[in-house]
Amino acid sequence: MLIFEHSRPGRRNYSQSPTTAAEVRNIPQHLLRKTPPLLPEVSEMDTVRHYTRLSQLNFSIDTQFYPLGSCTMKYNPRACNSLAMLPQFLARHPLAPEDTGQGFLACMYELQEILKDVTGMAGVSLTPMAGAQGELVGVAMIRAYHEARGDYARTEIIVPDAAHGTNPATAVMCGYTVVEIPTGKEGDVDMAALKAAVGPKTAGLMLTNPSTLGIFEKNIAEMSRIVHEAGGLLYYDGANLNAILGKVKPGDMGFDVIHINLHKTFSTPHGGGGPGSAPIGVAERLLPFMPVPIVAFEQGKYRWLTEKEIPQSIGRLSAHMGNAGVLLRAYIYIRLLGAEGMYRVAEFATLNANYLMAELSKAGFEIAYPTRRASHEFIVTLKDLKEKTGVTAMNVAKRLLDKGYHAPTTYFPMLVPECLLIEPAETESKQTLDAFISSMKEILAEAHAQPEMVKGAPHTTPVRKLDDVKAAREPDLTWKQSS
Amino acid sequence: MPFIPHTEEDISTMLASIGANTIEELFDEIPPALKSGSLKALPGLSEMEISRLMQERAEVDGRYLNFIGAGAYEHHIPAAVWQITTRGEFYSSYTPYQAEASQGTLQLLYEYQTMMASLTGMDVSNASMYDGASALAEAALMAVRSHKSSRRILMPTTVHPIYRRVVRAIVKNQGIEVVEIPYCAECGHTLVESLAPYAGQDIAALVIPQPNFFGVLEPVDALTDWAHDNDALAIGVVNPMALALLTPPGEWGSTGADVAVGEGQPLGIPLSSGGPYFGFMACKQSLVRQMPGRIIGRTTDLDGKTGFVLTLQAREQHIRRSKATSNICTNQGLMVTAATIYMSLLGPEGLRRVAAQSHANTVALVEQLETLKGVKRIFSGPLFHEAAVTLPVPTDAVLQTLKAQGILAGLDLGEHYPELGNALLVCATETKIADDLKKYVEHLGRVLA
Repeated sequence: MLIFEHSRPGRRNYSQSPTTAAEVRNIPQHLLRKTPPLLPEVSEMDTVRHYTRLSQLNFSIDTQFYPLGSCTMKYNPRACNSLAMLPQFLARHPLAPEDTGQGFLACMYELQEILKDVTGMAGVSLTPMAGAQGELVGVAMIRAYHEARGDYARTEIIVPDAAHGTNPATAVMCGYTVVEIPTGKEGDVDMAALKAAVGPKTAGLMLTNPSTLGIFEKNIAEMSRIVHEAGGLLYYDGANLNAILGKVKPGDMGFDVIHINLHKTFSTPHGGGGPGSAPIGVAERLLPFMPVPIVAFEQGKYRWLTEKEIPQSIGRLSAHMGNAGVLLRAYIYIRLLGAEGMYRVAEFATLNANYLMAELSKAGFEIAYPTRRASHEFIVTLKDLKEKTGVTAMNVAKRLLDKGYHAPTTYFPMLVPECLLIEPAETESKQTLDAFISSMKEILAEAHAQPEMVKGAPHTTPVRKLDDVKAAREPDLTWKQSS
Repeated sequence: MPFIPHTEEDISTMLASIGANTIEELFDEIPPALKSGSLKALPGLSEMEISRLMQERAEVDGRYLNFIGAGAYEHHIPAAVWQITTRGEFYSSYTPYQAEASQGTLQLLYEYQTMMASLTGMDVSNASMYDGASALAEAALMAVRSHKSSRRILMPTTVHPIYRRVVRAIVKNQGIEVVEIPYCAECGHTLVESLAPYAGQDIAALVIPQPNFFGVLEPVDALTDWAHDNDALAIGVVNPMALALLTPPGEWGSTGADVAVGEGQPLGIPLSSGGPYFGFMACKQSLVRQMPGRIIGRTTDLDGKTGFVLTLQAREQHIRRSKATSNICTNQGLMVTAATIYMSLLGPEGLRRVAAQSHANTVALVEQLETLKGVKRIFSGPLFHEAAVTLPVPTDAVLQTLKAQGILAGLDLGEHYPELGNALLVCATETKIADDLKKYVEHLGRVLA
């Protein structure tokens, strides 16, 4: 039942809006709304009950294990939420003077400094509001760098075929043409293809390392040399930073610019699809182009640097300074971990992934890159299972929902057929992983014994398999009074 | 070990299963030369220690009586909004790609889309964008995509100055030209006559703010009709709270604006130094396939039961890659959860009362300020809940003195509109009571005396 179906004309909450209806003077009649908007007329209890019940239809980290590859679904500590929501932080207006926000700005400054250290970069700006916006900023800086040197010939961005979809989409938004390069048998970027692709048109290369195949690009130093010698820059998609936190710094791998998904590595909540936050880090040569504002600490005071101090900045990406509340949560998380805790993140994320990979392999699942170490994630391919039983990766994913697990990432990266990309994250215990492994074994047995049942999954979720085709062909995107 | 549950026994069993001796061995594919290792010494804190640190910092920041608006507005947020929004099932859930495991979020987003479409008078809404400024940039890109030839956007200077910068930063690498249109110095809004130089030219869209950055109401009907007469799209950039009172973009002019975007923050989102907020975007049915971002649709399951899914995904980056409408993959799910609960609690009458009281408070504040010698509202156009006033002394000195009294007196307009002289943008939402206005006026009176 929709909230609108609970609505009754004239019902309302009296405590939550002004007691009297103020007179609207000074607004000409023709600018005033004629009919009220279609908002529900319900009681406070109706609202609380309706949305509490809706919440219960969701899977979440607080209720389920999410072995969701490339998404780093780790526990979101409650202290991060409650401390970021202290009343003074919530009440502070974004345009309030800097001296009324020294406590907040201290956190932001320290976060910038810590992220510089973690990534090995020369500068950090906290402003991008999501991974894709961090990418947009990063590629825009690459463009600004070339143009500032009078080099307008560079029109191409190289992207491996295993990359996130945001990489090519971002390159296009920055006015570049995308050159896709293939992956070799062992899962590394095909070096011959890379050599053939670079040249005077190369603006840069976008790379995730460890890659979305769950393996560390061993040739990264050589790749860095090839791209730099051709005059291009290296972009690091920080989606998988969790796997190498404190172990390798992207700056040391030769990257010129990086975005960091705080909602992955630094445990800020996914919130059902946002808000994200993706600070960017840059090497020395990109410092003049960083997006503003950036926090500075001078003569004992924190203040914002803007276009005035960074005149070649690529500009602003949001009305204010980015997703402040998300940044606070990440700061609190980092302070809880300390340096030791950050090393352990990578260590235990990697231990969990390799353990799961080993056990699933023993259980009869085919590993896509069996000769490689898993980073913090790995790929299972169900090509054989599909040929033998007709059960697909999507069917297995949906059957996992019945067993109380969120599905792994399916059909990504696209180059591995019938794939499940599995990432357990460091916050899961061996016992949880063992229970998941048992469920995977059960599903494998079910696929052979009762393939039709598996294909019909899920069976126990609030709704069964939904008709996507109907949704796209006859879009029903808003509720109408008569419907 | 914070947030890591492994016992020593677990670790050794797991390593044995993998066939490794140490955890460090699992990193043996990383070339040793790259292992830079050590991070700067940063001791981990206990929850008690970090609580103390954060509380101290929050106290340093203090609380002020705030009269700044300028795109972010202080409104009362009912207790239920964030208590429900931060339930783990909303807070810690993933993007609803697995629809069967995400019906709560998906249904909520469908309800949100319905509320926003109705509030803006549009046919459809997406599931939200990053913030108001970036939503406007995406609307400009959308207009250019849907227009056959033009790559030019007309942008009144009454649009939020930072929004204008953000639009430029986001669209500049795609060869899109943003032309600024001056405002009427007397009335404080855009005049249709000032668009005359562009009549008959190839224009992709005209941006129409309502209310505008000065809090003044624009002649939206005439501006919308001008855009359509010139084969351009009309993009409304609106305050959603104002729409409880004002004509929605979908009803502007003879056929309505084509796209409505704006900052969703007034709908239950705390100010929190600038984010996270959420942008909204709604449009005419004919433009839906050009719209960026996530969209939720209602459908049925195998048993014919109603359910909700992410739909029209053929527009998006994870399917279309380099041919997507935008690189955006996230929305502001949790913020929209709060906004949807806020709008349900307020309802049409509650929202109208908040808007009306904010209007009335600002009108009252301006009237009282104008009793002070040399203080005067700058523009004659009708206002919603914000006003530009001129001061007889330098703005900065006034702001500093009032701040010392615990009052944030408004935004200095000097940086973005130096032609206005000593000018202050003030806003009094429904959260201000008569005593607050009196306190402000008294203190300002003392500064000016």
